[in-house]
Amino acid sequence: MRTRYPFLICSLLLLNLCLFIATPSSAFQSDELLLDDDEFGLEGGRSPDPLTVTRPVSTQSPTRRRSSDSTSDPDSKIQFTLEHAFGDSDFSPAGTFSARLKTSAHGGQTLTKLRFSRNDFSETEKYNFKKLLEGDEFYRIRLPSNVLTASGREQIISSVKARCLSPRDALDEHFVIHMEGVNILGVNYGSPGSCPYPRQLKLPSKWSFKSHTVLKYSDQAPRTPVFTEESVGENGEGEEVKPPEKAFWAKYWMYLIPLGLIVMNAMTQAMNMAEEPGTGQPGSQPQQVVAGRGQATAVRRR
Amino acid sequence: MGIRVFLLLLLFFCTSYPTFSLHEDQVGLMDWHQQYIGKVKHAVFHTQKAARKRVIVSTEENVVASLDLRHGEIFWRHVLGPNDVIDQIDIALGKYVITLSSGGSVVRAWNLPDGQMVWESTLLGSKSSRPLLLIPKNLKVDKDDVIFVYGNGFIYAVASIDGEFIWKKELASEGIDVQQLILPEGSDTIYAVGLLGSSRFDVYQLDVKSGELLKHNSMFFPAGFSGDLSFVSEGMAMAVDFTETVLVSVLFRDGQISFHKTHVSQLIPGFSGPAVTLPSKIPGTFILKTGSSVHFIKVINEGKLIVVGQVGHTDAVSDALSLPEDQQGFALVQQGDGKIFLTVKLGDDWTTNLIDDTVQMDHQRGLVHKVFLNTYVRTDRSNGFRVLIVMEDHSLLLLQQGEIVWSREDGLASIIDVKASELPVEKDGVSVAKVEHNLFEWLKGHLLKLKGTLMIATPDDVVAIQKIRLQSSEKSKMTRDRNGFRKLLIVLTRSGKVFALHTGDGRIVWSLLLKSLRKSETCENPRGVSLHQWQDPHHHALDENPSVLVVGRCGQGLDSAGVFSIVDTYTGKESYHVGPTHSIAHVIPLPFTDSREQRLHLLLDANRQGHLYPRTAEALGIFQHDLGNVYWYSAETDNGVLRGHGVQKNCVLEVADDYCFGTRDLWSIVFPSESEKIAATATTSSNEVVHTQAKVTADQEVMYKYISKNLLFLATVSPKAVGPIGSVTPDESSLVVYVIDTVTGRILHRMTHHGSQGPVNAVFSENWIVYHYFNLRAHRYEMSVIEIYDQARAENKDVLKLVFGAHNLTSPITAYSRPEVFTKSQSYFFTHSLKTIAVTLTAKGITSKQILLGTIGDQVLALDKRFLDPRRTVNPTQAEKEEGIIPLTDSIPIIPQSYVTHALKVESLRGIVTVPAKLESTTLVFAYGVDLFFTRLAPSRTYDSLTEDFSYALLLLTIVGLIVAIFVTWVWSEKKDLQDKWR
Repeated sequence: MRTRYPFLICSLLLLNLCLFIATPSSAFQSDELLLDDDEFGLEGGRSPDPLTVTRPVSTQSPTRRRSSDSTSDPDSKIQFTLEHAFGDSDFSPAGTFSARLKTSAHGGQTLTKLRFSRNDFSETEKYNFKKLLEGDEFYRIRLPSNVLTASGREQIISSVKARCLSPRDALDEHFVIHMEGVNILGVNYGSPGSCPYPRQLKLPSKWSFKSHTVLKYSDQAPRTPVFTEESVGENGEGEEVKPPEKAFWAKYWMYLIPLGLIVMNAMTQAMNMAEEPGTGQPGSQPQQVVAGRGQATAVRRR
Repeated sequence: MGIRVFLLLLLFFCTSYPTFSLHEDQVGLMDWHQQYIGKVKHAVFHTQKAARKRVIVSTEENVVASLDLRHGEIFWRHVLGPNDVIDQIDIALGKYVITLSSGGSVVRAWNLPDGQMVWESTLLGSKSSRPLLLIPKNLKVDKDDVIFVYGNGFIYAVASIDGEFIWKKELASEGIDVQQLILPEGSDTIYAVGLLGSSRFDVYQLDVKSGELLKHNSMFFPAGFSGDLSFVSEGMAMAVDFTETVLVSVLFRDGQISFHKTHVSQLIPGFSGPAVTLPSKIPGTFILKTGSSVHFIKVINEGKLIVVGQVGHTDAVSDALSLPEDQQGFALVQQGDGKIFLTVKLGDDWTTNLIDDTVQMDHQRGLVHKVFLNTYVRTDRSNGFRVLIVMEDHSLLLLQQGEIVWSREDGLASIIDVKASELPVEKDGVSVAKVEHNLFEWLKGHLLKLKGTLMIATPDDVVAIQKIRLQSSEKSKMTRDRNGFRKLLIVLTRSGKVFALHTGDGRIVWSLLLKSLRKSETCENPRGVSLHQWQDPHHHALDENPSVLVVGRCGQGLDSAGVFSIVDTYTGKESYHVGPTHSIAHVIPLPFTDSREQRLHLLLDANRQGHLYPRTAEALGIFQHDLGNVYWYSAETDNGVLRGHGVQKNCVLEVADDYCFGTRDLWSIVFPSESEKIAATATTSSNEVVHTQAKVTADQEVMYKYISKNLLFLATVSPKAVGPIGSVTPDESSLVVYVIDTVTGRILHRMTHHGSQGPVNAVFSENWIVYHYFNLRAHRYEMSVIEIYDQARAENKDVLKLVFGAHNLTSPITAYSRPEVFTKSQSYFFTHSLKTIAVTLTAKGITSKQILLGTIGDQVLALDKRFLDPRRTVNPTQAEKEEGIIPLTDSIPIIPQSYVTHALKVESLRGIVTVPAKLESTTLVFAYGVDLFFTRLAPSRTYDSLTEDFSYALLLLTIVGLIVAIFVTWVWSEKKDLQDKWR
């Protein structure tokens, strides 16, 4: 197991070297590189401090070479290892990720076509894993924080309760690797589905991992909506300054009620007036009739 | 001017839209505002020929203020910026206060009566040097009164009338540390005296009129000096040599420099250990500190030294003050048990005391740190003295005639942390007699209120109403109230003093100078770090008093020894304290309490070991049961690494300790150092209550909030963009925000804002985050919102299902399940830059939230969360409108009425704390800086109670009136009927 690791580094180094040597081979491309650098220099040249100008150039220069190189071969294959640990044990290699390094026109690099091949568990590893399952302990994994230069940097660790990986007979795992260029920020590691609590102890019958891997890059934030001044005035201020539109009734009730009263009054009066000609109607009380007559005579007298 | 106009406008708006905000007469009803200045560094008295006796002070909070010497009130006050430290103050021309600040870079003159700034001058220079200010009396250069300022390596003569430079001269070109400017009386030569390195003594003589260098003398002292020079007279300085055992007197009059050595042991028998000269301004005398005692040594005949007195090292001495008849006096304050002894002595005669007073002093004020002496003429024409003393708890007191005339609790200007505590429950019911006694008053009060409501109150009545309102005894009672408005605010200040403030009127209920946070031999430089709720009994153990945990450190670094105390919040007594112990890097309040309702706390030290408190077997049992479920994270901002940790077994130590636990790393997230740097983090408040997990939208669909207490919001900016706004171009800068689960280290959401930079202020509540940053492309501040929803439960979309229980909401939630979340986000422009941000908390979480923004103008603005809804669209449908969705705008409107602080300012605002009241609609808000401000907020109006000034009398009167009207009309109608019948 351990012998494979240095070999990998060697192969990566070789790859790097090859890429490095490949650059000066064509004169035309070096011209392009200069142009590219100029462009970058201009950008940096806005800042007054010369130190800040040089720094990005130096860090970006391998990228440039790569990009010029990539004109002949736009994608290059890279590999990085996954390491694992049982509980608090040391990390050991557990599998290899292989991916294509894609270089965009701006010099940014992204990984595509990520594949993962996991090494089979050895007997000791099986034993260790069983112990983890029994103790409901953590199974931990580790990834380099930069896929190009693995050594000398902080590494990404993630851990999961071992019981979450074996909900059924086989072992399931799910990686979501958060990338920023060639840097790995973090990895969401765990079972692909849910891991119901309390976790049940279930020893796997098949010691093979079903692995799902997903690469994730950052989302763009939605842009702030920009309105023209006019519409701002309409929506922004108008909405706030104006009191909410009231219903017709709410607005004019103070006028409507007296109006209604007057109308009602008038109506009753009209009714009375209407009643007057019909004084001789049968069934009306005599007293009322007398009163009505009295009134009528009074009116007539005037 | 702009601010004034703005404030006026604000006041105008406040009064003209009474429905949205406070009535003018409601100011001070449920809010209070207190003004402080901080620990006084310098004080200059202005008592001669002044009708209003005053003292000008400058403080460690960068405040320059004029105080009324009779009452201690603030006449005027200016708070300079946080980086504009005041170095010196003095009075020039009898009417200008001169301040020298920013390490001797800025000189300002303020008008003494009203505090208006008269002029300001900037002293340019590249070398930082000791700032010095010298204001000679009656020295005129070109008819201008002149002041001498030394700053940034240059000496300047500045006209005190307008701040114009008359001349300047560089002195520090060789790297000389100028320590004093001396202008002998009536002389035309100014001396600048200093040291080069530690062994060369330099004297410059400059012409006062032109600044011409007349003479420069220097002399090497091979043995080397240690510490500063102490100036005894115009031509003599004292210093201690490199071995700290030999006194060196330096004579430098008339361009001749000479050294005389005296061994300290010759003066002080039994001397051992280092001797240090202390800064003093008593002519002819200097102060030497050896070990634990302080010696006053007099210099006679240019070289002969006599020890005249000896005091303890905790005693304080004032500068000398000129008295009539060419005498000099100084004050000496000595500390006793609960008393201080004040003596004023003559400079040349140690034995006679001009006054000798004993003053009772509260134990909680600690030691005397500074003394300022002032004299006045008594009624019998003799000299009287008053002293201003600054105590260990940063309070300021004026002593006169053996009494404390006034005191100011200026420790409250530097609050570090705040926690709220309940008041005791009222044990005995309100006595009937009390009610009967108050019945008349009660009725009278209500009648007055009624008059006010009906607008028939005379101005006198209005005053009376206001008085009743302000002095309502309900407000400041020392017991719990039904609405939970009355609480104690426990505040920890930088001086190590803990105060309990009553929320009703802001008065200090008790104060306690913590023993563990006082300077001692084992803890040289203690400082308070945080407060935590230690015990908050509400179910059982009700007879226990609530208490808080005060955590402190003995130094600046995280690895310095830690101290902590437990303070009873009812009595204000320290019930338990642990002296210097393991370092305290982080305090985790665990969600467990023991049978006495003491909260379990895990204190993490710098070696990543956790220590469990309280150290009882019961607590250990509880903790070990849930050992595997304790997780936390740490952010290393320098390396750009975020790590998650879990608790392991007991730690391996030489001495077995059951309460010590090892930790292990569970996950890590590494931010690429070349493109990201951690700028801000935010988590939800641990005591936040979420009312509902589901959100029903207008179209009868259910969205489930992803609610987890373990979420962390983190923002990173490009390393270049860490500087101030404008230091980078938009292309170079970006802001990346993350939502991270801190148990598993999963990144749930990641989003990049291109062309944006910090400072980032963020607040996290329920399932949403609101953050504030600067958009470089739009040249404006922006606020963004992220809301996180749970996709896994999305199948329970039916409201009916939710109601009738066909859902999986009751199943236990584990962080190890793969979360399926989706987020909604939106950005809006915002006008102000922010100092701090907070969110309202209510008891049950039903009331809608408001975001409280501490603006750059030191005010608190309440902003409805509705404005920051990611679901806002340009044209919301009718249903959405009914739900309360506001049409989309590109910027967030600032409504002047929504300033919580109305017309007031909370100078140099540092934090906003919200505490839920028992009444669901209401939340208590406490904002602190140099000033304190407290108020009650009801983000959705007080829908669950009547307002305090609701007129019950009016209601009663209306009912009575209606009943009477019913009877009267009934009688009328009866009569009418009868009449009709008789007709």
